[in-house]
Amino acid sequence: MRNLQAKTPGMGADATIIGGFLALGAIYALFIAARAVDPLMGFHAYVFLSAFIAGMFALIVRATNPAPVDESGYQTAVVKAGVFASMFWGVVGFLVGVVIAFQLAFPDLLYFDDLAWTNFGRLRPLHTSAVIFAFGGNVLIATSFYVVQRTCRARLAGGLAPWFVFWGYQLFIVIAATGYLAGVTQSREYAEPEWYADLWLTIVWVVYLLVFLGTIWKRKEAHIYVANWFYLSFIITIAMLHIVNNLAVPVSIAGSKSYSLFAGVQDALTQWWYGHNAVGFFLTTGFLAIMYYFIPKRAQRPVYSYRLSIVHFWSLIFIYIWAGPHHLHYTALPEWAQTLGMTFSIMLWMPSWGGMINGLMTLSGAWDKLRTDPVLRMMVVSVAFYGMSTFEGPLMSVRAVNALSHYTDWTIGHVHSGALGWVGYISFGALYCLVPWLWKRKQLYSNALVEWHFWISTIGIVLYITSMWVAGVTQGLEWREYNEFGFLNWSFVETVAHLHPYYIIRALGGSLFLIGSLIMAYNLWRTARGDIRATEKQPATAHAVPAE
Amino acid sequence: MLDKHGFLEKNGLILSIGILITVAIGGVIEIAPLFYLESTIEEVEGVRPYSPLELAGRNIYVREGCYTCHSQQVRPLRDEVERYGHYSLAAESMYDHPFQWGSKRTGPDLARLGGKYSDEWHREHMIDPRKLVPESIMPPYKFLAETQLDYSQVENWLKANRAVGVPYTDKMVENATSDLRAQLDPFSEDYDAFIARYPKAQIRDFDGDPRMISEMDALIAYLQMLGTLVDFETYKAEENYR
Amino acid sequence: MYELLASLAQTWGLLLFVFAFILVLIYALNPGAKDRFKKAGRMPLDDEDEDNG
Repeated sequence: MRNLQAKTPGMGADATIIGGFLALGAIYALFIAARAVDPLMGFHAYVFLSAFIAGMFALIVRATNPAPVDESGYQTAVVKAGVFASMFWGVVGFLVGVVIAFQLAFPDLLYFDDLAWTNFGRLRPLHTSAVIFAFGGNVLIATSFYVVQRTCRARLAGGLAPWFVFWGYQLFIVIAATGYLAGVTQSREYAEPEWYADLWLTIVWVVYLLVFLGTIWKRKEAHIYVANWFYLSFIITIAMLHIVNNLAVPVSIAGSKSYSLFAGVQDALTQWWYGHNAVGFFLTTGFLAIMYYFIPKRAQRPVYSYRLSIVHFWSLIFIYIWAGPHHLHYTALPEWAQTLGMTFSIMLWMPSWGGMINGLMTLSGAWDKLRTDPVLRMMVVSVAFYGMSTFEGPLMSVRAVNALSHYTDWTIGHVHSGALGWVGYISFGALYCLVPWLWKRKQLYSNALVEWHFWISTIGIVLYITSMWVAGVTQGLEWREYNEFGFLNWSFVETVAHLHPYYIIRALGGSLFLIGSLIMAYNLWRTARGDIRATEKQPATAHAVPAE
Repeated sequence: MLDKHGFLEKNGLILSIGILITVAIGGVIEIAPLFYLESTIEEVEGVRPYSPLELAGRNIYVREGCYTCHSQQVRPLRDEVERYGHYSLAAESMYDHPFQWGSKRTGPDLARLGGKYSDEWHREHMIDPRKLVPESIMPPYKFLAETQLDYSQVENWLKANRAVGVPYTDKMVENATSDLRAQLDPFSEDYDAFIARYPKAQIRDFDGDPRMISEMDALIAYLQMLGTLVDFETYKAEENYR
Repeated sequence: MYELLASLAQTWGLLLFVFAFILVLIYALNPGAKDRFKKAGRMPLDDEDEDNG
């Protein structure tokens, strides 16, 4: 990989194919824009059109640029772009979350009669999609591009195709987000984007799969490292889930509205098969891949048991896919399907904890690093949160518990212990690792700021989870509470009023988490610039020097 | 020997196929049977496709993300049946593309909302929720009353629904526009034809402003029919046991 | 059809699952592969940092 063969870019096969595709896309977008049956479709057609034209323009600029481009080493520029996008969308997603948390705490202050797009119903999908798909998705794409190159010792396949994946994915995010604000939604939780955005994502995702598999095919190592297994299962399963769950018939080929192929019970089961496995294969296996690469790398120790990681992988994907129906306890779904879902959810506890032990024990013999390296500590705490929420999840899938917890804020708390604690912290850890590695800096701008980030966010998470747990259990119990005369003791709105203090605490917890992410963004920005905080000019950790 | 065991970890394509088979099995075994299950697709007397106005209201319900705070699924638990009414039947959402069962009750369940409050209550409540319910944390939907309903695509809405299995007849599709208007006017000449096509449909001006067909009209028409189609005086649960 | 599929899910589906899981265990725990997996576990570490670019 040392001999750098520089060459001028010109129009390679990759650029020609992508350029041709963009040109066709632009013509089609123009066609739709001209015949759009509703203004929102017209607007989105123009967004697509502008993006395609911008893409073609970028290709032309690149082809005519005489400066040589090095294509022999690893492709890091697209990973850098991914790091930037992750941080940006992360802050946006956390901010929207804080806004809607305050809306529920202070509805009079944050709702506006004439601004439909500021209502909770429109902002909530924006929040969930921004944090899961925009933040999480960019972290996964960026880290997978980094890890697959490193563990295969090969440059990303497909020439410019990784760039198509990156920008195509950002375009999907923009279409989805503007759609939500304007009221374009399928109302399928975590799959709200309408049919044309879904089609676009399918194209991007297939290219993503091809780039990833292509890189694996040209690898120089015999073995495929286990992190890549997790990434691969994430990419393949999300493709399957996305396609099946979004089957729909558009009202018009030039209109934004569609009706889902399935109805009622079938639709509910399909959606929660998707929803549950999006948690399993987007928010779990994808981020476990990060755990299996970044924790060993940062700690400079091989994973505790490689064999356990293989058992972990197969048992996790086997069991996870079955657990979806626990979202539909006591509904019109047949009971055997509910029971099956519950059984597999409880079984899921085993591989989850196997994985957690594997992650934590990687540090055995190097526990002192937790004291000196806040980045490693963040990742280890994230694995602990993974263990915690994968313990709570099976518990909540038990029908009797679910009868209480379902429809309440307990679920929201559970989701956030996984999302803020596990997904958030493992992503932050990976980003803190990646920026110095990619920009070739000896250390972060400031480890002290990482400490601040860590503690502020951790307090935020604790406030969030505990307040939502108490709120959920309180409300769940009040809904079923009878008075001495045998009547329901509380009207619905009374139980809502009781939640007010918890909603305030939750909003504060979320704000702390947001502040932490802003500190991080600043720290990473300074690190990328090459700054080191004056008081921290010592190499703080040993990770830059290989241990062996 | 070693190499034989290593084929999985050394061949990206085989690994991919192994993953795909693994994750596909769960879905096929779990979901496929439901498409043959009688109780999930059987008809219960009274359940009919949405009238054009109700469907327009449902589109608004979807657009505004009401499902993020309101469920439409009463579970067979004592307190829920007492609070909301008869537990939800599978057949009641058989024409729901997509389903609106929801997953969170920041506000109450709406599966049996129809007929519980007056149209005027709904209108005032949506314009300013805290005027009627001081503790409410619901957003205001004043703009619905001020926005004209766009039903230029109503025939295509019905056609798309028919394409995914809702039994809209040719007559229903042909008359979609006039049916939508007829539901708002008790004195229209299309009254009889309309009510024959959509039994139990409620016919009146829902937002109290006959000058304009507003989004509020459509949404209230939808909310007022939720859970009202099945007559539970005559419905026999034993015949529909799963 | 429904009865058939439902019973399939609850018998053969489960059996298939157990069988496949045993295969995975044999694969992962077979003693001959010990060294290979040990080496595989070191992959992220055996990667020179100067090749960052």
